[in-house]
Amino acid sequence: MAAANLFEQQKKNLRRTSEILVGFVAFLAFLGIGADFFLYASGAGPGFPIATVGALLFGAGSSLWALKAGDRAVLESANAVPIDRAEPRQQVLDNVVEEMAIAGGLPKPAVYVIPDSDPNAFATGSGPEKSSIAVTSGLLDSLNREELQAVVSHEMAHVRNYDVRLMTVVAALVGSVLLISDWGRRGIGWGGRRRSSRAGGGGIFLLVFFVLWIVSLVLAPLIARLVAMAVSREREYLADASGSELTRNPLALASALEKIDAAVAPTPSIKQGVAHLCIEDPRGRVANEREGGWAELFATHPPIAKRIALLREMAYQRGRTE
Amino acid sequence: MGAIGGCLLFLVLIAVFAAIWAIWRYNNLVSLKYQVGNAWKQIDVQLKRRHDLIPNLIAAVRGEMQFEQDTLEKVIAARNSAVAARGVAETAEKENVLTQTLSRLFALAENYPNLKANESVKTLMEELTSTENKIGFARQYYNDVATRFNTAQNVFPDSLIAQAFKFQTVELYEITEPAEREVPKVDLNVRPQ
Repeated sequence: MAAANLFEQQKKNLRRTSEILVGFVAFLAFLGIGADFFLYASGAGPGFPIATVGALLFGAGSSLWALKAGDRAVLESANAVPIDRAEPRQQVLDNVVEEMAIAGGLPKPAVYVIPDSDPNAFATGSGPEKSSIAVTSGLLDSLNREELQAVVSHEMAHVRNYDVRLMTVVAALVGSVLLISDWGRRGIGWGGRRRSSRAGGGGIFLLVFFVLWIVSLVLAPLIARLVAMAVSREREYLADASGSELTRNPLALASALEKIDAAVAPTPSIKQGVAHLCIEDPRGRVANEREGGWAELFATHPPIAKRIALLREMAYQRGRTE
Repeated sequence: MGAIGGCLLFLVLIAVFAAIWAIWRYNNLVSLKYQVGNAWKQIDVQLKRRHDLIPNLIAAVRGEMQFEQDTLEKVIAARNSAVAARGVAETAEKENVLTQTLSRLFALAENYPNLKANESVKTLMEELTSTENKIGFARQYYNDVATRFNTAQNVFPDSLIAQAFKFQTVELYEITEPAEREVPKVDLNVRPQ
């Protein structure tokens, strides 16, 4: 049952990915089109949809840049350092990463350690050919070999499912939406003073369009963040499941999550922008504790208790079929 | 164009589609075959690594574990016969024996605090443990890919292509636990006195 489920989920994952990307592109275009109408109505436009083309190019450009250099930026922002095999714990980490790469039939990712006492880990990159896994020194200190292997398998699953690529692109698009909507809001202030030259032509339709555009301009940052969080949450369950496919040991991941959860403190080295890449939210526990409703809407990760329960369930299913 | 021309065109179209389909499925089988080969190579690399590490470990622990000569000899013998093994089935069998003698050695080493404190022994132990795991995971991956390859050859209609081009199913890397295979020996001659 588990295998069929996983395949279904992976297919759904891919479909959702394209839906989200199309949605983001449409949203960027909408912001641009509105600005172009605004420019046209105020008589300041250059005669072609400069804002629409600009917004789309900006989104595409920042996504491409993120895929090329985003991983390095993320690793640097977290103060991650390449591992040192002379140190026994890091030797174990390096071995475990290689083991999981073999289990997934993937090239071995680059391995980094973040000097931070809170246990956490994340993966980044643009796909299996170019990926990195970073682990805090707190994680190395608090987990045993099996649990470390489980955490690495979870990150390797993010790499294998192309979650790292999607999350990198989504983060870049969210950034573009934030910047462009900010410019748009400034533009209204500037253009408002000199309107009326060509106004009055469009009627009720244009008015509704403008109202909608301004509302979405104001809400854009919030909407973009909510979408990014929803994408991230969905992928955590899948990574838990397909990570356990690699180790065939869901209970080790469950006990690793319990230990990570028990360390209440936030992970100060990991900036908020990287939260959706981590195995557990680095901002501390508050946002991820409660299930359902508003609390879940604003979390990058599903409630840890729910994840542990699902892993236990998986172990039970395996036990019955073997 | 007459009715015959239409029919002909129809037949040609079907032939073209059949050819495209055949090429597509054939390529799928070839790609799986290479994946199987690659997965096997992964196991091979790790087995080789284990063969290389064992003499180092034996040399490092020999002085301390002189009362375990028997176990050490067994590990060396198992290693040498594993090195000589050829083919999937024989390799699987010999390597399995080696895995068991090694885990016996690891268990015994637990009784020697001096060994556990020795940095170079610890490093060697970790490398061997990791190599054991890598062998296990490489085997798991090989079996997954090999099963996909074998399944692809046997499902209809891909089986037609597989037969036409004489694809052959590959052996899985089985772990046979001798203890599980052995029939328990029950001595029926024991009588109450």
